Amino acid sequence: MATLVVQALNTAVYTAVLFLIAGGLSLVYGVMRVVNLAHGNLYMLGAFVMAWAAGGAAASVAPPLLLLLLPVAGVIVGLVGAAIEPTLLRPLYNRAEEYQLLLTFGLLLILEDLTKFVFGPTPLSASTLWSAFGPISVLGSDYPAYNLLVIFVGLVSAVLLWAFVYRTKFGVMLRATSQNRKMAVSLGINVRGLYVLAFSIGCLMAGIAGAVIVPVQGAVLGMGVDALVLSFVVVVIGGLGSLEGALAGAFIVAVVRTLAITFFPELELAVLYLMAAAVLVTRPAGLFSRSSS
Amino acid sequence: MNDTAVTAARPAKPVPAGGYLAPLAVLLLIFPYIAPAYQTIILSYGLAFAIAAAALNLLLGYTGLLSFGHAAFFGAGAYAAGFVAKYLHVESMELFLAAGALSGIVIAALFGIVCVRYTRIFFSILALALSQVLWSLAFKLFWVTGGTDGLRVPTPTLLGGVIGTPADKVTFLSHQYYYYTLGVFAICVGLMWLIVQSPFGQALQAIRDNEVRAEFVGIRVRRYRWIAFVLSGMFAAVAGTLWAPLNGLATPEALYWPFSGEIVFMAVLGGFRTFSGPIIGAVVFNYLKAYAVGRTEYWQLLLGVVLVILVMAMPEGIMGTLARIGRRVRGEA
Amino acid sequence: MAQLLAAQGLRKSFGDNRAVDGVDFFVEQERLVAIVGSNGAGKTTLVNLITGLLTPDEGTIVFAGRDVTALPVFGRIKAGIARSFQLVNLFDLMTVLANVRLAVFTRENKTHQALRLADRDREAEDEARRVLADFGLADKWNVPAGGLAQGERKLLDVALAYALRPRLILLDEPTSGVGTREKSQIMDRIESVVRSRGLSAVIVEHDMDIVFKYSDSIVMMHEGRVLAAGAPGEIVRDERVATILGRTAAR
Repeated sequence: MATLVVQALNTAVYTAVLFLIAGGLSLVYGVMRVVNLAHGNLYMLGAFVMAWAAGGAAASVAPPLLLLLLPVAGVIVGLVGAAIEPTLLRPLYNRAEEYQLLLTFGLLLILEDLTKFVFGPTPLSASTLWSAFGPISVLGSDYPAYNLLVIFVGLVSAVLLWAFVYRTKFGVMLRATSQNRKMAVSLGINVRGLYVLAFSIGCLMAGIAGAVIVPVQGAVLGMGVDALVLSFVVVVIGGLGSLEGALAGAFIVAVVRTLAITFFPELELAVLYLMAAAVLVTRPAGLFSRSSS
Repeated sequence: MNDTAVTAARPAKPVPAGGYLAPLAVLLLIFPYIAPAYQTIILSYGLAFAIAAAALNLLLGYTGLLSFGHAAFFGAGAYAAGFVAKYLHVESMELFLAAGALSGIVIAALFGIVCVRYTRIFFSILALALSQVLWSLAFKLFWVTGGTDGLRVPTPTLLGGVIGTPADKVTFLSHQYYYYTLGVFAICVGLMWLIVQSPFGQALQAIRDNEVRAEFVGIRVRRYRWIAFVLSGMFAAVAGTLWAPLNGLATPEALYWPFSGEIVFMAVLGGFRTFSGPIIGAVVFNYLKAYAVGRTEYWQLLLGVVLVILVMAMPEGIMGTLARIGRRVRGEA
Repeated sequence: MAQLLAAQGLRKSFGDNRAVDGVDFFVEQERLVAIVGSNGAGKTTLVNLITGLLTPDEGTIVFAGRDVTALPVFGRIKAGIARSFQLVNLFDLMTVLANVRLAVFTRENKTHQALRLADRDREAEDEARRVLADFGLADKWNVPAGGLAQGERKLLDVALAYALRPRLILLDEPTSGVGTREKSQIMDRIESVVRSRGLSAVIVEHDMDIVFKYSDSIVMMHEGRVLAAGAPGEIVRDERVATILGRTAAR
């Protein structure tokens, strides 16, 4: 029973992080039809920023206050995105979509080394922040309180994002543009600005994902490259361009992963990738996608 | 967003390769005698990668499909050599190559069934995801594959021992093995050239240019894409098998998706709209990377910047740009 | 005269739009049938159903005595059905000769040959040149298809279908986008090629002059159904047709 609770909570944690990363990827694709291969490295950037800031300031600041760094890290990554979109992505919109893959792959290489340059080649840890929260009793089992925080951040983000996309004026314009760009332009929507905003939000989500999980698992070079493929699996299952799909896909992937780790640890990753392939074969649009974002 | 396929622009008139072939061939043949051993070994690596890049271009330049999963075949070819050595206790290079080619065919056949139902970005991502299946297996099943330590690939015997193997490995790699690699390279590239010039090659290019019309000219589009995929995978695997003894080791890195990105980089660098482009691109990339790795720990940054510049300013790559300059010099459009 | 094509009870809907709504369509051997109707009448959808681009929701298509309803595109081409496109559909980067030669390759089952040089195939090249000559495109053989004038592109599109040696050729607006004088030139070409080889042809056309001049029979479609079918003389006298034509002319 105890392990079941722990497993369930771990699954929820994983879901939260995967949703944040994959959701960002999916949002960007849904609005702009861009697949950003460097997306994982923005997640890594968020992790390093948080680890560096929290690790550096840990000694002097109370842990709960350190949590304020979470959105800061996210915003920093978001700003990086705001710099990237107009300079590197916009010139490619009129060209074949394969060029985005090439360019964002180059970006991946650049970000990998920039991260190494700024933060150094060794992994950074923010585990003091994690342990500072201590364990909490959940249904009779001890569970790290920080992990519950991760789940909370995931939930809040999902709600905020949903509200933003479906309840605000920006969200209406976002959805309109994703469905029909030309129409949106003729309606007077500032599509360029919208694209920068959408891309920045996508990066922000990735950054927050990295920042929130780093106290749990540390920041390591190369974590972005790993994370990217997983987020592809999530969006393939859930449907590219759909936020609900990203959430559902994240959940499915998290559950399968937890099961796999428990019963077939060697096949853990292979199973996930095969699942993505299976979904693509049977329901190419993803299990939950609609034709719009 | 523009829907035109990445290859559906003005075709680059190929730089007349005929004039360059003979001197190039001579250079390649005498190379071990005019250059230090380590340079020859670097060139051997370049030739192996060139086969992989040309294989990728069978799909990209000629069929219009961008695969971000070719590391799967390259790595499979490398591991095939390792498995054959470890489990069959065999060290014949020919057997390595046969095993490599076979692995490439089988894996590409399986992956292809899934991948060729899609085009454009979905195809690329699917190829990437499937290649990761192999990577994860190599990574996790360490008692079979050696995990991150990799699988040792011993010095092979060439042509059943007819070509002797000197005791000194460096001499072997920079002479006997270099010529062997050159030979395999010539055969592979020759075969691929024939393929693209054949009626089958014409059909592939038609599929690339206008999928619907190709269908209505009687071409079985999906089947031919699959065949191209299998051929491409086979040659890429052979490249990996050739690479393995040079590296001495088959490692999960050869299956990791960023390596797929490097193969694409090579093809684009050289110019994917020509036949020779990816080959030139692979050799140049190999030197570029060797140089960068030797000079700075931020070599990925360097390569990344090169790729970004390439995409933004020089998408037709080296050969394409040379062709363009050539046209201007000759006073054509 | 035996029926070459018998399509019966064809229905095809896209969501709520009943593009083809219970159509019976017949083509006799060596006949040229024109399909006319206003935009959205379902003409192109009918062509797409017959050529295999779409599968019907209901109905059967029998070609030369064989049920081809479930046959995929390449199967129908092998059976002898070929088409050209309303929006010209060519291999723009390949030369005119290479375009037609490709159709010759597929017809002669040579496209699986991966280790022969395509340029060395004299036979295929000669056949392709003959087709080009039939269509008056012989001197443009070396031009990339994308570099031709619109009228020539239309002809090449038809030539590609013709090179497959079909028994039934379906042409979707073969003269659209072209000036009146050129229209006749194109249609003269097409008619002579079709008649000389004993092909049957179905032509979707808006220009009623062309329709009356070249076709053996006319099928008029309206809102997914066949409104009237028969020889040009009969159709002209049909009141419903006159109303539709009048409406179309007024637009």
